Amino acid sequence: MIDQDNPLKDALRDPGAVVAGWLDELGVADPAQRRALQTEAGELVRSLAEGLDRGGDASRLAGPAWDGLRETLESLSRSRAAKGETAGDTSQFVLALKRPLFDALQRSRGDHPERLMAGIWAASQLVDRLAQHTATTFQKSREDIIRRQQDDLLELSTPVVKLWEGVLAVPMIGVLDSNRTQIVMETLLQSIVDSGSGLAIIDITGVPTVDTLVAQHLLKTVTAIRLMGADCIISGIRPQIAQTIVHLGIDLQGITTKATLADALSVALQKTGWRISREK
Amino acid sequence: MDRIPILRMGETLLVTIQVDMQDQTALALQDDLAEKIAKTGASGVMIDISALEIVDSFVGRMLSSISGIAGILSATTVVVGMQPAVAITLVELGLSLEGVKTALDVERGMAMLAAVRAEHRHGG
Repeated sequence: MIDQDNPLKDALRDPGAVVAGWLDELGVADPAQRRALQTEAGELVRSLAEGLDRGGDASRLAGPAWDGLRETLESLSRSRAAKGETAGDTSQFVLALKRPLFDALQRSRGDHPERLMAGIWAASQLVDRLAQHTATTFQKSREDIIRRQQDDLLELSTPVVKLWEGVLAVPMIGVLDSNRTQIVMETLLQSIVDSGSGLAIIDITGVPTVDTLVAQHLLKTVTAIRLMGADCIISGIRPQIAQTIVHLGIDLQGITTKATLADALSVALQKTGWRISREK
Repeated sequence: MDRIPILRMGETLLVTIQVDMQDQTALALQDDLAEKIAKTGASGVMIDISALEIVDSFVGRMLSSISGIAGILSATTVVVGMQPAVAITLVELGLSLEGVKTALDVERGMAMLAAVRAEHRHGG
């Protein structure tokens, strides 16, 4: 019996054929890959049929009837984003559903041109919406991943370590931008207050380049540390960086600078009144 | 209007700022301190701002000018206990308080003033 009201429902009567047509359209030869795609495609077709059963409007992918389908699409694009596939490939996968749907419509409505036309239009619109939704979620998941990684990087790259009684050190690694300097500054200043340390060493061995902006950030940090009543030493200045600093005309007067962290530590110990002697 | 009390401890004047600074309060403090240094002949001024959480450029400048005024009256000023947020704000405002001595807490500030005093005695 042909369902007069909903041509799509009718087209999905044989989900197996639709899935098979879909996979053929994608042209996947590798059997393992085909099996994986078959599960995804089967899931999608099932939730699509469910949505239609619950009276979902095929021209818009909104409302509670399409909840299941939207969720399936979202988990699909999330997993693809995590695998590092492109947005194009992901929406291509969804768009390949058009051909088997059209074929199924052709089979059931081929003898009624007007109804066939209406069915094709509905199917086309629905698949477009699906692809759009997939692309949107895909992009959102990628942005989430990037944001999370950025946060992780910020957390990772700003450890404040206690080197000695009253001596803190921050080994800076990576490019210094205003965002990171701000976080380094905040964590360092807070640690100074918490531990009551009178001396902080900022080690810039891991900073690839020092330009005027980076120097300005460093100067700000040093000034803030001084304002709080602690001293600051900058260490890990490589020969090239020393040259750049002089060529750029950056004024580091009034700031203690050392070539290595070891040198800085020995100055720090001297300043805090420690003396280390060797036994033998 | 609130006036900020100035306590005398030997040769040191101790000011603890525990309220948010209004411009008027800041100006009054500046006046009072100048008077008090002149009257007592104190050699050191300690300003404890550990309870201060909000600063503007006016308060920042006040700290500088108090240090300058005290310097002319031959007293050393130490600002102690600045909170990280306050330090960052002052730096962002472009105020580095050149010439103002700073210390982490009151104890270290006292030690700093004692050191300066000892140096003066040796020198003079």
